[in-house]
Amino acid sequence: MCQGCGAAIVMRHLLKALGKDVIIAHATGCVEVTTTPYPETAWRVPWIHVAFENAAAVASGIEAAIKALKRKGAIDCSKKVKVVAIGGDGGTVDIGLQALSGMLERGHNVLYVLYDNEAYMNTGIQRSGATPMYAWTTTTPAGRVWRGEWRRKKDIVSIVRAHGVPYVASVNLAYITDFYAKVRKAAEIEGPTFIHAYSPCVPGWRYEPHLTVKIAKLAVQTGIWINYEIEKGVLRVTTPVPKRLPVEEYLKLQGRFGHLTKEEIEAIQRIVDEDVEYINKLVGATVIGPVERRG
Amino acid sequence: MGKAPGWRELPRGAVIPEPGSSVRYKTYTWRVLRPVIDQEKCIRCRICWTYCPEPAIIEVEEPYTTKTGRTYRVTYRIDYDYCKGCGICAEECPVKAITMVEEVV
Amino acid sequence: MGGKVIPISGNYAVAYAAKAVDVDVVAAYPITPQTAVVEKLAEFVANGELDAEFIHVESEHSALSAVVGASAAGARVFTATSAQGLLLMYEVMHIASTMRLPVVMSIATRAISAPINIWCDHSDFMASSDTGWIMLMALNAQEAHDLTVAAFRIAEDPEVELPVAVGYDGFWVSHTVEPVEVLEKDEALKYAPKRRRQYVLDPERPLTMGSLASPDWYFEFRVQLHDAVERSREVILRAFDEFGKSFGRVYKPVDGYFTDNADLVLISMGSASGTALTYVEEARKSGVRVGLVNIRQFRPFPEEELYKHLEGAGVVAVVDRALNPGSAFVGPLYSDVVLTLFKRGLDIPVLDFVVGLGGRAVTRRDFDEITKRSLAYLGKRMKDIKQHYAFIGVRE
Repeated sequence: MCQGCGAAIVMRHLLKALGKDVIIAHATGCVEVTTTPYPETAWRVPWIHVAFENAAAVASGIEAAIKALKRKGAIDCSKKVKVVAIGGDGGTVDIGLQALSGMLERGHNVLYVLYDNEAYMNTGIQRSGATPMYAWTTTTPAGRVWRGEWRRKKDIVSIVRAHGVPYVASVNLAYITDFYAKVRKAAEIEGPTFIHAYSPCVPGWRYEPHLTVKIAKLAVQTGIWINYEIEKGVLRVTTPVPKRLPVEEYLKLQGRFGHLTKEEIEAIQRIVDEDVEYINKLVGATVIGPVERRG
Repeated sequence: MGKAPGWRELPRGAVIPEPGSSVRYKTYTWRVLRPVIDQEKCIRCRICWTYCPEPAIIEVEEPYTTKTGRTYRVTYRIDYDYCKGCGICAEECPVKAITMVEEVV
Repeated sequence: MGGKVIPISGNYAVAYAAKAVDVDVVAAYPITPQTAVVEKLAEFVANGELDAEFIHVESEHSALSAVVGASAAGARVFTATSAQGLLLMYEVMHIASTMRLPVVMSIATRAISAPINIWCDHSDFMASSDTGWIMLMALNAQEAHDLTVAAFRIAEDPEVELPVAVGYDGFWVSHTVEPVEVLEKDEALKYAPKRRRQYVLDPERPLTMGSLASPDWYFEFRVQLHDAVERSREVILRAFDEFGKSFGRVYKPVDGYFTDNADLVLISMGSASGTALTYVEEARKSGVRVGLVNIRQFRPFPEEELYKHLEGAGVVAVVDRALNPGSAFVGPLYSDVVLTLFKRGLDIPVLDFVVGLGGRAVTRRDFDEITKRSLAYLGKRMKDIKQHYAFIGVRE
């Protein structure tokens, strides 16, 4: 993994929060490839990788197997095993969406963790459905005709929530206690649960490696990333932000936004304002406050 | 280092039966800058340990008393076998007890 | 051997087989002509006759992925598909074999689109021939049942640990009702007992499956796969032998009929072999010296067993139910047969007859045509053949 990799921090704490009684089904991507180069593996729990788009399907199969084997007495019923599926935004929001939808709809007792670095990073920074507006990627470069990505980030949490699952939450590594609380809750709850983890990427977002945590924090402080959880359909913002920083503070640290004009930054600010307003309306209170410009 | 095993000796189906075997692969050669913790300044807040991606910061049960007389139960040390020199620890340290110095070859 | 004989279709026979061996996890997506397998299994689970987890997957790719995961976790698994579904699973088929997971899959063979066609040919079966799976082809509903039971025994054998596909002709076998002796659970489990494999996903013994293998490692694992498929030959023979001892029906990798003193030997796979046999019996009565080989074990290809039935022949005619356009062989089965003879230095004319694509019926008249055309080459050599293939039953 690259120096300063956000996904590395996510995985480290995810595994700490989960404990050893898990079986992981992992989709192809940065984490899978860098953590299991034969003959070395970084995983100390049972782990399987099959293909890019089927982490959720493989996890469904493992969960079903454990259920059947316990029922038939091949595995001790009291043995604790939680099945966890892990995928990047590529393997979850795009190519893996079908398998994810199937797994959620069927109600498998699986926790799905999406580590979102906002592009197909492992293959060299190509855009995904999770790439935000105006971000530079190798397939949405900024030039004369194109100005980076022109579509909004796919709202995967809403898609997941629409399946009627018992628990969905978004986490950010800069808010580590919130991260642990949510992962533990998601793992405990029976049924399909989903964690959307913010995962900054040094080469993909174009920033110096030491800024990973700072950028993660700014994402929340500008309202770009909202830490919330939806438990049995009820939405709760777990990291309220009474005074928001302007998005510029977040964008200016990342080279992938280096081509932006003042108008484009304002456009992003408007998108964030809209999303914030929407969340506040759902919650019924101003949990994410207005932008406060300094000076 | 002996010759790598042939197909007859390798585990069936490319399974890796030894969990966590990646500790064998030391990543310190990637480093250009190395972090140095000033144990006098360090307040043992654990933030560096929390945010190191590798993780290459270890918490050791070594009590430490600073020159000003403050005593701590634990000490944090950089594991230079794996530290890639990303600098997150230095950036996040609230008391700036970590400095990134150029790696000496 | 007190199993009851019931009138069921090939599809149902397969479902009964999966029930008899007490599968733990079933994940399958419906596609004509396999649908009834999935439906029957759902019925068994709903009635409590089969204690299994039935995953209503949302696609075939997920079906195979789910059973791969379940197998990796130590369960006995089963899936079923045809044509487009099989192609959708294709990527995972390769993964299942190299990861050495004993998945059993039944294939109700069907033509591949385009144009879309739900009826029988072997193009889907043939498309899987290089995936490293063991592949068996059933002749009728009883075989579909028996070979599916044997498949679990073969797949899970510790010397093998490979996925097994059991093919049977779509509609011709899948939907035709025949008397089938279905096995009871205890006898089937005695024949194919469950055991814990060496590598299973278990928090008490953590391991990693499906790692990234660089050019320094990948090659070895593929050779491992090749070796396993080769070694499975003996395991298959043993499994068939024990099936015969336990249940009275002895299966072989190939069946030879009237192959002694034969000028011409026909080679066929699947239900067309039944029609071919009727033709051959009649032809023999009128003095035509023709014989027939039915291939049951397609992968690993049974060269030795096949050769025994061909070495005395003057001409060989391969009946192919799939097409490989642009290839030197044209019909895929032809390539395996020609190589079998060529490697042993037998230079007799071998012809390829592509028939029955898209479910078109293969009749005794077709075999008569094939026989006449083939016998014209009696006494000749391979290089005397101008065009080695012909399409029988197609309108020009």
